[in-house]
Amino acid sequence: MPTDTWVDGVTPEPGVAKPDPILVVDGVTRRFGGLKAVDVEHVEFQRGAITALIGPNGAGKTTFFNLLTGFDRPDAGTWTFDGRRMAGMAAHKVARIGMVRTFQLTKALSRLTVMENMKLGATKQKGESFARALLPPLWRKQERGIEDRAADLLARFKLDNKRDDFAGTLSGGQRKLLEMARALMVQPDIVMLDEPMAGVNPALTQSLLGHVKDLRTQGMSVLFVEHDMDVVRDISDWVVVMAEGKIISEGTPDHIGQDRKVIDAYLGASHDAPTTPEEEQRQLAEAEAALDAETAEREQLQP
Amino acid sequence: MIRILVLAAMGCVLLLPATAAQAQQQEGGEAIRGTIVQRPEEGDPVPVPGVDIAVTTGDGEDVGTVTTAEDGSYALELPGPGDYSATLVAETLPEDVQLTDPDRATLEFTIRPGQSRPLLYPLGEAESVGGRFAAFMSRALQLAVEGIKFGLIIAMTAVGLSLIFGTTGLVNFAHGELVTFGAIAAWIINVTFGVHFFLAAILAMGVGALAGGLLDRGLWAPLRRRGTGLIAMLVISIGLSILLRYSFLYFFGGRTRPYGQYAVQRAIEIGPIGIAPKDIIAIVLSLLVLVGVGLILQRTKIGKAMRAVADNRDLAESSGINVERVILFVWAFGAALATLGGVMLGLGEQVSWQMGFQLLLLMFAGVTLGGLGTAYGALLGSIVVGLFIQMSTLVISPELKNVGALLVLIFILLVRPQGILGQAERVG
Amino acid sequence: MNWEFILGRSLSSAIGSDAAVFALAAIGLNLHFGYTGLLNFGQVAFMALGAYGLSVTVATLGLSLWWGIPIGLALSVTLALLLGLPTLRLRADYLAIVTIAASEIVRFVARSVSMRGVTGGSFGLSGFADEFYAVNPIPGGSYGFGVVQFSARALWVIAVAWGLVAIISLMVYVLMHSPWGRVLRSIREDEDAARSLGKNVYSYKMQSLVLGGLFGTIGGFMYAISQQSVQPDTYSTPVTFYCYAIIILGGTARVLGPVLGSMIFWGLLSFTDTALRQAVGAGYIPTAIMDGTQVGQSRFVLLGLGLMLLMIFRPQGILGDRREIALDAH
Ligand SMILES: Nc1ncnc2c1ncn2[C@@H]1O[C@H](COP(=O)(O)OP(=O)(O)OP(=O)(O)O)[C@@H](O)[C@H]1O
Ligand SMILES: [Mg+2]
Repeated sequence: MPTDTWVDGVTPEPGVAKPDPILVVDGVTRRFGGLKAVDVEHVEFQRGAITALIGPNGAGKTTFFNLLTGFDRPDAGTWTFDGRRMAGMAAHKVARIGMVRTFQLTKALSRLTVMENMKLGATKQKGESFARALLPPLWRKQERGIEDRAADLLARFKLDNKRDDFAGTLSGGQRKLLEMARALMVQPDIVMLDEPMAGVNPALTQSLLGHVKDLRTQGMSVLFVEHDMDVVRDISDWVVVMAEGKIISEGTPDHIGQDRKVIDAYLGASHDAPTTPEEEQRQLAEAEAALDAETAEREQLQP
Repeated sequence: MIRILVLAAMGCVLLLPATAAQAQQQEGGEAIRGTIVQRPEEGDPVPVPGVDIAVTTGDGEDVGTVTTAEDGSYALELPGPGDYSATLVAETLPEDVQLTDPDRATLEFTIRPGQSRPLLYPLGEAESVGGRFAAFMSRALQLAVEGIKFGLIIAMTAVGLSLIFGTTGLVNFAHGELVTFGAIAAWIINVTFGVHFFLAAILAMGVGALAGGLLDRGLWAPLRRRGTGLIAMLVISIGLSILLRYSFLYFFGGRTRPYGQYAVQRAIEIGPIGIAPKDIIAIVLSLLVLVGVGLILQRTKIGKAMRAVADNRDLAESSGINVERVILFVWAFGAALATLGGVMLGLGEQVSWQMGFQLLLLMFAGVTLGGLGTAYGALLGSIVVGLFIQMSTLVISPELKNVGALLVLIFILLVRPQGILGQAERVG
Repeated sequence: MNWEFILGRSLSSAIGSDAAVFALAAIGLNLHFGYTGLLNFGQVAFMALGAYGLSVTVATLGLSLWWGIPIGLALSVTLALLLGLPTLRLRADYLAIVTIAASEIVRFVARSVSMRGVTGGSFGLSGFADEFYAVNPIPGGSYGFGVVQFSARALWVIAVAWGLVAIISLMVYVLMHSPWGRVLRSIREDEDAARSLGKNVYSYKMQSLVLGGLFGTIGGFMYAISQQSVQPDTYSTPVTFYCYAIIILGGTARVLGPVLGSMIFWGLLSFTDTALRQAVGAGYIPTAIMDGTQVGQSRFVLLGLGLMLLMIFRPQGILGDRREIALDAH
């Protein structure tokens, strides 16, 4: 499916309706003490598209993910996934119906092997019920099928030579890969990746980007948080910008790059309004530099 | 009033051996005997004549009824050794007199061959409904004071536990042993070396602080450097707890021992409650110490550093705080407080080798109630626990008072998992 | 010093019924702590429920001993549910505190005067195990070799207890090599990750708590039967700690860890006890330093020290994998 066909008909403004939304969020708020970490009035995410969620540190992106996937409870709000009302649903049920997330701080299951990590991702496993677990013949065959699928994915993510190592021995970047591959074992309709590229080296980033694009080809929807604007421009069909908990802008990557509100959000609201086009260009450059610097800093912080 | 009656009952118990000895000398068969007296709040006991006591065998067969004489005494020959039951007929008591414990109107007992057994029926002044309410209130008040005292002791010991958890993540199962160690150190200084109790307590706090510091430097700091996991450290603290507890038993012995001064003290009356001066001092001192702890945490540099490390270790480290030094201080500080708590506990209940271990669970309860890792939460939670334990004896049997407290702990965790002052954790 | 006697005693303890009982309880705890990461500090409560379930059924209710088994197991499941419902959604430390509290509650209640008619109060109950010994197929006499001798009754208890250990170990082996076991281990590593992959973490934790508790209860049955009496203070918190010592000694998250750990634990405890007693008796250790009662105390000092040293220098235990432990530090 060509990426931009649906994009053309959508006005780039916060909360705009999409032609075929998979996820629709309404009035979701979450407070931490006095801080309103998430305050989203309305936002829709297009089916089969790659949507980037960007915003300064502390904008509420991770919290928003937590709320949507049942890891945290909102103070108010509703959202639907594929037409199903989701508010109040437990995290594991969210995953089972096809909405899977990864974590900003990777959660590799250290003392399980890479293969075990992968196999855990498969849903509807017969051997996961206590009674059937006691009778291996009941689940052996299914287990072998899962193992084959896991091996394929590991090969795609270049982790096949690590398959019997403990996941705790992997490097930071390899863990990111493993976590993404493991999420795919669930066979979700939408994957929500919280900074999947942070700490991954440039060469690997390219191949990861390739994987993400593949997901779209397979008909999956992808929602990902990213700070690196190059990556965002490269793979996303649509960008949603959050700042101080609110959706402040939406649009194609190109449109977002021009948006004043986005620049303000990254540079701080006290920033003066530009007077000339040159001035505006300069500020844009500044904003990008700030973004890049932040990206570089994050990469350094990764283990 | 209650206290007087309790003293009266104790007096009766003390009389027992003498009466039993007399019984031994008596030739002849088995019997029950005794004197029914009423002990008013002031003045001498007054004998109560004309009270009936009905005796049956264990199987319910009537043996006979005896009525008290002018001097309140009675005696009844029994057919032989065996099980008996004797009931004081409450209707035969004068208007203004009643059993202090109506459930004890019937006593069941076993008579050995040749035994003449005294029976005990403590009597008090009959109370009107209003009087009973007043008695209930004064008992509640009395228990509240005791609860606050106990809660303050728990709080003092729990602050260290909470700070250690906050700064290092360690759930220190050996914290009770710091309490015992302090109490024993003070006992040795006080009794063995003959130093006055107050000075001994202060010296013991120094010894305790030193021990806490040594534990950190000698054991925990190296373990942290090796990157030992938190669960592993928790298990190590269990090992340490067993090691120390049985060392105390080995060297200190299994007996409980009192301090050289203030072991027994007569209670003084303040309004409706009776309280020993040492308890007043303990309460006031604990309050002062805990306010001091609050000031240290709030105002001093090291206190602020402690809270900073507890809040976010990495952030504290990167803002130039010497985290290891702060942790060392936390250990010394926590151990000194644990010592003081131990000394105060020992003052009330004597010193024993497992006094701290028995307190550990209540410390956990206090710390958890308040919210793990927050010093103020630990204070508040502990006082709630102490109060609850004592007050619950108003309605439940004292031997089950800890059960009540632990049940409430479980209940509060249900309603507010992060504790009273705690914060929810973040995911992702 | 009579070494043959000392070693014989140690061996008898290592294969005796106490070792089997603690192996059973420790297998349950291993399921909780080793595989699922649940900090259960109240395993002794499950043992107590087994012991009391059995003895109260016979001595108080006057029913058959065999009725005591379903009653004890039902009590155990009830306790696990009561403990788990409020705490399994909370942080690990909360379960620790709540379970340790619950085990003390069980003990306090069992020994309370108001329960004397049911549990025998602080005196406990006795004389309820006859039916078990009545079905003993082993003909009377003494069995064994050298100093290691067991009566037919003792052998019967030992055989049943170790038989249960074998069956349960096999069961744990199968479970832990199944997808079910994989989910448990993933919860130990990171329950949020397990949740994000669609696993109902709460339900699995509950299953683990119930199952491990049942193993503890079965241990409690055998403890009561082997001692032929039940006393509340036998079932106090240190017993749980010894179970921890046992699984760490043998190796956490190893199927045979608790079994080996328990044998070594009881063997060593008996060894230090007999050796020290003989040394004191023979005058090698002057009574000024250690007398008869202090022998019993000193072996617990050694136990505590041993637990610490083991955890510091060989945290993976005897059967564990060093690589795995190294990953624990994160
Ligand atoms: N459990 C919590 N308790 C208190 N405050 C929280 C909690 N979780 C998040 N916050 C606050 O909510 C705000 C949003 O945090 P969030 O992690 O969602 O930001 P983010 O957009 O993901 O930032 P980053 O790009 O740095 O990952 C922050 O100010 C954060 O401090
Ligand atoms: Mg984030």
